[in-house]
Amino acid sequence: MIALGQFLEVLIGGLMSGVLYSLVALGFVLIFKASGVFNFAQGAMVLLAGLALVRSLDLLVANGFPLWVAIVLGIGFAAVIMAITAWLIERFVIGPLVNQDGLTLFMSTIGVTFILEGAAQMIFGSGSYPLRLFPTDAWFLFDNLFPGGILVNKLDVWGGFIAGILVAGLAIFFQQTKTGRALRAVADDHMAAQSVGIPIGWIWFVVWLVAGLVALVAATVWGTKLGVQFSITFLALKALPVLIIGGLTSVPGAIVGGLIVGAGEKIAEVFLGSYIGGGIEYWFAYVLALAVLLVRPQGLFGERIIARV
Amino acid sequence: MALGGKEARENKTRYRKNGLNEEESYMVRNKLLLAAAILSGGAFASPAAAQSEQFIPILSYRTGAYAVNGVPYANGVADYYNLVNERDGGINGVKLLVEECETGYATDKGVECYERLKGKGPTGAAFFNPLSTGITFALTEKTTTDKIPIITMGYGRSDSKNGAVFAYNFPLLGTYWSAADIAIQHIAKELGGADKLKGKKISLLFHDSPYGKEPIPMLEVLAKKHGFEFTPIPVTHPGVEQKSQWLAIRQNRPDYVLLWGWGVMNGTAVKEAAAVAYPREKMIGVWWSGAEPDVTPAGDQAAGYKALMLQHGAGKFPVHADIEKYVYAKGKGLSEPDKVGEVLYNRGMVNAMLGVEAIRKAQEKFGKKPLTGEQVRWGLENLNLSDARIKELGFEGMLKPIKISCSDHEGARDGRVQQWDGKSWKVISDWYTANQANTEPLVKDVSAKYAAEKNIHPRDCSKES
Repeated sequence: MIALGQFLEVLIGGLMSGVLYSLVALGFVLIFKASGVFNFAQGAMVLLAGLALVRSLDLLVANGFPLWVAIVLGIGFAAVIMAITAWLIERFVIGPLVNQDGLTLFMSTIGVTFILEGAAQMIFGSGSYPLRLFPTDAWFLFDNLFPGGILVNKLDVWGGFIAGILVAGLAIFFQQTKTGRALRAVADDHMAAQSVGIPIGWIWFVVWLVAGLVALVAATVWGTKLGVQFSITFLALKALPVLIIGGLTSVPGAIVGGLIVGAGEKIAEVFLGSYIGGGIEYWFAYVLALAVLLVRPQGLFGERIIARV
Repeated sequence: MALGGKEARENKTRYRKNGLNEEESYMVRNKLLLAAAILSGGAFASPAAAQSEQFIPILSYRTGAYAVNGVPYANGVADYYNLVNERDGGINGVKLLVEECETGYATDKGVECYERLKGKGPTGAAFFNPLSTGITFALTEKTTTDKIPIITMGYGRSDSKNGAVFAYNFPLLGTYWSAADIAIQHIAKELGGADKLKGKKISLLFHDSPYGKEPIPMLEVLAKKHGFEFTPIPVTHPGVEQKSQWLAIRQNRPDYVLLWGWGVMNGTAVKEAAAVAYPREKMIGVWWSGAEPDVTPAGDQAAGYKALMLQHGAGKFPVHADIEKYVYAKGKGLSEPDKVGEVLYNRGMVNAMLGVEAIRKAQEKFGKKPLTGEQVRWGLENLNLSDARIKELGFEGMLKPIKISCSDHEGARDGRVQQWDGKSWKVISDWYTANQANTEPLVKDVSAKYAAEKNIHPRDCSKES
């Protein structure tokens, strides 16, 4: 018999975890939406942003800067690093591949992944660096209704709050700004966008920069949760089923996909896992994704592509 | 070595001119050393192996999800070999030729490294130490066929303690079955006696891999014997997401949680325990879950967490003075100086020392020359380090005597418990010795099944010398 309190706790915890997956998935969506490139390097970008932030923060604090000044400067430094990265990727990787097919661009991002992972660790270190930007303790809600209450982690709530702000900001950016509309035009057709005067190099720099900044935001939350270290790159694997379910082109889809994956895998692990050996949550997320693929190949919120043949 | 002492000294001077402090200069130089090694095909050895040198491969992982733990261990191993060359001119004049191969803790890469390195040097590899139970499982048959010993100090196959069946496996100092027994002994002591275990709940949070699964049969035996309720809880590689597991633990409220993690899984487990308010004092990690990188990411939340010790812990001993004098003073050390003496660095040194002493022992029988793997196997099987010899080697206080034999490839099964106080590890227990009355029936049973399955005829240890 499953206790209602336990079920609610797992469900809420799963939904909250899903929002954290969405933070990483958003970076994928942004770049795909704006350039048609599936960016395999998003996990590596989270690592780079996290390392730049935590190492600069440590250095500034060690040199006597007040914490809040160190945080502001550290975030600024990491943002500059992501801007430089965006420029380098546009200039030397994606730029020269204009009008190449999607698979070529995808392969190039695999190369970018290895370079970013190696360079980030070479420059900033390959250790495990603690980051404490948000509280990580928990609230125990409704303890008068359920024995022990329902646990809600404060970091998860912060993650949800930040994801909400990001989604709102990105929606405004894509729908209401000239650059946002240009990004969507470039995603539809590189050559057509160029022919009407859209500076494709600049647009791609902007989109990689925005994805880099989203990676930085994800790094602040995940770095607080895990410490900043190489394993943070594995979050990209958690984001993949989110993308398949939500759709590669939808910002709200990334959030909804995250919620479905988070809740689904946690409920499966806690309530089904013990019957089939446990450790099922990784593949269970992909089972969910497969089920969605069978019904809606473009994902729940993805654009349905109709091609004339 | 890719960079000699002179070049390294010059580098050091150059870094100072650039305004870097000594520690930063070490870090930069180490990266240069590693980069040079990688560019030259991953080799720390000179390109042409001299015919008078003993070849020793190092299977390491300086990249990937487990690099946080793999790097300090590999540094300890490499620095000790370097010490033997720099201080003693090798083993009885036979210099050590060392080459690292990056496995990333992946079994396929580990096997590739093995195949690439097993025949190197004038006599082939002296032994392998893969630092991965998964790679150990994959290599066990190969090393037997190739007659190269595989040293798995504190890890690997627990049944390979039985040298009559596993002639080439050496799980020195302690198997996971010994570790499980020691952990339960400590819990019993905390509870006030073994009889108090009855009815208690003990969960095992384990890395879902051959490593993490290894203690389960022993814990099942102990649960049956003592009457406690045992629940294994797997965590998928690499262990960055453990919310489900800890919510289940919060509901089940076990009296103790044993942690069999590696890499990011350990720190995440401690943080998740804090998030669900599970007392860290009731968590006991295996000796691979008890190093500095396992607790520092959790900060103050890790205070109170306990872990087994594979005899040694952190700290500096007489051998470290030699390392500093003969290796770091010459600019040849691989670690950042402040990390020399950390738990995993020390473990790497101990591991390297046992291999070196096995070669020294084998030289007594086969001569002071480079030896084959088969000859080194004899040295390992006849290794007998007394207190006096351990003191002579500078490891006094880190190790107890160890004696290997044909029937006992483990050699010693002692451990202690340490506790993280928020800043450092503190030893909180006396010595425990794994109870062979618990472990031996399982060793015999499982190794006999393995022998039958692989058509191995166990050696008669009474006839071995």
